[in-house]
Amino acid sequence: MDARFPWFILLAPLISAAFIHLFARKSRGLSATISVASVCFCLLASVFVFVSPGHGGSSEIPWLDFGSALRVPIGVTIDDLSKVMLLVVTGVGALVHIYSLVYMEADESEARFFGNLSLFMFSMLGIVLANNFAMMFIFWELVGVSSYLLIGHWFTRESAAKAANKAFLANRIGDFGFMLGILMFWSATGTVVFSEMEAALPNLTLTAGFLTAAVLLIFCGAVGKSAQMPLHVWLPDAMEGPTPVSALIHAATMVAAGVYMLARVSFLIELSATAQLVIAWVGIITAVLAALMATQQDDIKRILAYSTLSQLGYMIMAIGVLAPGAAMFHLFTHAFFKALLFLGAGAIIYALHHEQNIWKMGGLSGKMKWTFLTFTAGYLALVGCPGFSGFFSKDAILLAAWQQNRWIFCLGLFTAFLTAFYMTRLFVVVFFGSARSEAASHGHDGPARMTIPLMILAVLSVVAGYGFLANRALGAKLAHLLHDSHALGGAGIVMALATLAFVIGAAGGWLLYKGQSKDPILIRLFRNKFYFDELYAALIAGTQDLLATLSRFFDQWFIDGLLVRGLSGATWASGFALRFLQVGNLQAYAFLFGLGVIAMIYLMVFR
Amino acid sequence: MLNLIIFIPLLAALGILLGAPARKTALGAAIAHCALTVLAFLSYDRAAGGFQFLSSYPIAPEWKLNYLVGADGLSLLMLLLTGLVTLASIWLSPRVEKRENLFYACLLFITAGAAGAFASVDLFFFYAFHELALIPTFLLIGLWGSGERHTAAWKITIYLGMGSFILLAGLLDLYFSIPAALRTFDLRELQQLATAGNLIPGTSVASDGWLVNTWNAQARPYLLLLIGFGILISLFPFHSWAPSAYASAPTPAAMLHAGVLKKFGLYGLIRVALPLLPEGAKVWANLLLVLLVGNIIYIGFVTIAQRKLDLLLGYSSVMHMGYIFLGIAALNVVGVSGAALLMFAHGLSIAALFAMAGMLREKVPTLALESFGGLARPMPWLAFAFGLAAFASIGLPGFANFASEMTIFFGAFQPAADLSAPNFRLATIFALWGVVISAVYMLRAYRSIFMGEPAREPAGWIDPLKSRRWPITVLLAVLLLAGFAPQYFYSYLQPSIQALLPK
Repeated sequence: MDARFPWFILLAPLISAAFIHLFARKSRGLSATISVASVCFCLLASVFVFVSPGHGGSSEIPWLDFGSALRVPIGVTIDDLSKVMLLVVTGVGALVHIYSLVYMEADESEARFFGNLSLFMFSMLGIVLANNFAMMFIFWELVGVSSYLLIGHWFTRESAAKAANKAFLANRIGDFGFMLGILMFWSATGTVVFSEMEAALPNLTLTAGFLTAAVLLIFCGAVGKSAQMPLHVWLPDAMEGPTPVSALIHAATMVAAGVYMLARVSFLIELSATAQLVIAWVGIITAVLAALMATQQDDIKRILAYSTLSQLGYMIMAIGVLAPGAAMFHLFTHAFFKALLFLGAGAIIYALHHEQNIWKMGGLSGKMKWTFLTFTAGYLALVGCPGFSGFFSKDAILLAAWQQNRWIFCLGLFTAFLTAFYMTRLFVVVFFGSARSEAASHGHDGPARMTIPLMILAVLSVVAGYGFLANRALGAKLAHLLHDSHALGGAGIVMALATLAFVIGAAGGWLLYKGQSKDPILIRLFRNKFYFDELYAALIAGTQDLLATLSRFFDQWFIDGLLVRGLSGATWASGFALRFLQVGNLQAYAFLFGLGVIAMIYLMVFR
Repeated sequence: MLNLIIFIPLLAALGILLGAPARKTALGAAIAHCALTVLAFLSYDRAAGGFQFLSSYPIAPEWKLNYLVGADGLSLLMLLLTGLVTLASIWLSPRVEKRENLFYACLLFITAGAAGAFASVDLFFFYAFHELALIPTFLLIGLWGSGERHTAAWKITIYLGMGSFILLAGLLDLYFSIPAALRTFDLRELQQLATAGNLIPGTSVASDGWLVNTWNAQARPYLLLLIGFGILISLFPFHSWAPSAYASAPTPAAMLHAGVLKKFGLYGLIRVALPLLPEGAKVWANLLLVLLVGNIIYIGFVTIAQRKLDLLLGYSSVMHMGYIFLGIAALNVVGVSGAALLMFAHGLSIAALFAMAGMLREKVPTLALESFGGLARPMPWLAFAFGLAAFASIGLPGFANFASEMTIFFGAFQPAADLSAPNFRLATIFALWGVVISAVYMLRAYRSIFMGEPAREPAGWIDPLKSRRWPITVLLAVLLLAGFAPQYFYSYLQPSIQALLPK
């Protein structure tokens, strides 16, 4: 394979996005066709890249070039890590595009939707292919932009506009740290290119404090993008976007970018034990708290969103316990089954005329047969039912935790139990019992373009965990890491405990929610998401808004009022000067500013 | 070529004052002017470098005073900015009810003055051309402004008047600090002398002080220049003329001043102050850091509190000057080149934003944010274009603003050898936080104008006509071009900036 080939993967969605936004904004059919064609091309090209042997090297063009002072290229790199990520992004991307053909059919801004979807594919693939930190940061920000645009797709809804802003700002706060971390590593190593940085580091003596700070700042980027505590608040609100967007961006790909980035720079994370500990704890705390919040939500998409948070917490935790192989494995399986669950939820929402409350659903297993069957596969994969993909990948993470830190392992196990519990709650309430609303009694499967992506994802959700697929997909290096971990022992007991957690959770959920027509338990703390939103609102009002108001007051009354007018009054003390400057007196201006030139000439010539 | 670039708008302005049809003449001049700047930019020989298109006319030989114009990569980029913004602002000028002739003549005088200042290789004309551009700005605000135009015009007059006088004092101080035998106005000769260390010998400064490093002979003239130029650029705390002036100014005047003329001060710092007084720059580097953090953080918070679009844009423009100062303060090729590209990028994006704010003003004269809402539905094009310009202004990738800000961050994180790296890193951290702040106010403004439920009768709102769209499209397209391929523009800037910095 030519090293330049991956550029086409990057360019196709960019061309599609530019063309749609510039020329096809009024043509819905054309925009959809171009967008779907570009993503299908990307998928085929990614498969080709994947099966091509070797790594194809990396090829780059200069973006900033100040010689030895600063060099930022735009370059693509193909290795095991980017190969599997390419498959995930383009694979789920293609299915979501096709699904959107139906889901967004009635939307008057379909063209804008597909244009932004292509923009997202471009940005995401840029992150995947980036061979250096600065380029990754560029696409990192662009992903934030496309996410902003897609969350705010229905911009006339106040809640969607707010959610879009919130997502953008949370990401920018994370990016603040990310960029700082990049600057720190750049100042130490003199390069932003990953491979050069890795080569330069062993020859440097850096203090532990510097390394810890720099790694944690890099981690800030992942906290923002992968919605970890305390910046997690944007992801549930992001469900205001259309459901295909939730599936692609806010479940399968963009939010996983944080994990991917950390896996990419795992050579940096290895440098600081303190940072590892912080990363692992942030991940597992996110996993537990998000799972607790999920147990008390009523909106089907929000339950899945909290579940995504929780699973991302797992992956981040795996990075923290130095198991990037396990993290990428879970990223790989999670992408399929979580996209499947979101698209399944979307099919239900579509059939029920945009009803999202699970308590207004019920009894859908018979009416929406294909949706039900495929959703079941996703459900079993997520809760970690033995034999399904999520079981294997979650097991790999729990095993790594077991070997590193038993406290974190216990919390991980607890999360597994909670996951089984809240997903069984959702599953039982939505699909069994009797229909609890008029709309639910008329539920029906969507057309083939909607169900076929579901079926493909369902098959993948089952098989993605097995070695023949997973080992191949993850590539030699990562698969090797996974096997090494197994060799360390504890595999049997971890598997047994994880299965037990699943059984207890699922049984509890089944017994508690079977045949219920409203939630039998109410835990306000969980239902209100631990009051994070309220806390932040108070924090913003107490700091930012207060500072802004004070600054404006100061500017208006002190700097402008007293200082400027006082000073100018002193300078042009005489009333004559003030009268002289009354507006409208053209000669006065001309005279005054002629003075400048005249004074200069005078001093030059006659002095 | 440069003479044409300067004198076409000047002669057109005089012609208009003498009775030529105002709008037609102005448009013709603007088109010719813009085309020539593009042509000059493209025909510059980058391999040869240095000042090109030189042309001179002796004025006072005994003083070594010549009318001398020429352009290197830095001047050409500024001239290109002038050409693009001039064309857009004159094209988008609204109907003028009173004294149309004077209105267009004023706009063209600003263009001629700015272009002259950017193309001057002679210190005297560098200053004189700027004075030529300044006076019409006051007239435009005072005569055709809106809102509290009297206060605004009064404030900007006194303020920039003071700035110009301090600048003049600084230039004189600089001139008379040079040994009498060496005195000249030719910037090339001055620069050669400075590089050789003969201009104003100043001891090399190590960064030990907190605000002010060891005093030397270059310290006083540099401080005068810094304050003089600083006032013209709205350096904190000398900024308060800017927001009210831009809010009151007629749209094309705001575009030209914020987009082009304000860059004169920054250009002056890079062209005159840094190369001639490098040791002076080091003396005041820490003070400048404090002030520019004021620009970024303090003004950032003031901007968040704004509830009117014109004031918000005015303050945001003040805030972004902080980033340019940061690049200049770093005194290395990376930082100063980034600053120069950001001058270009900021000029284009703020001109586009003011142009579109002017379109919104036609319906809602106060521009209060809460009186808008949901405009993206009736005005999809404006929502799209305004979104792009807003994204550019808050530094999103793809636009020149991002590329240049990123360059500045790299430059400032690793400043020139004699400067205090920890102080610069601290300032960079503040600057990075400023990026978050600018997202807060810009997204809030965008949301309340274009998103949400329509607050007013949608029937009253329609997209601007096609003929009024393309100037904005051109500005945005150039921003995107420079954002995707910044290295092309840096290939102009880098050698020029390298020549200006101390070795």
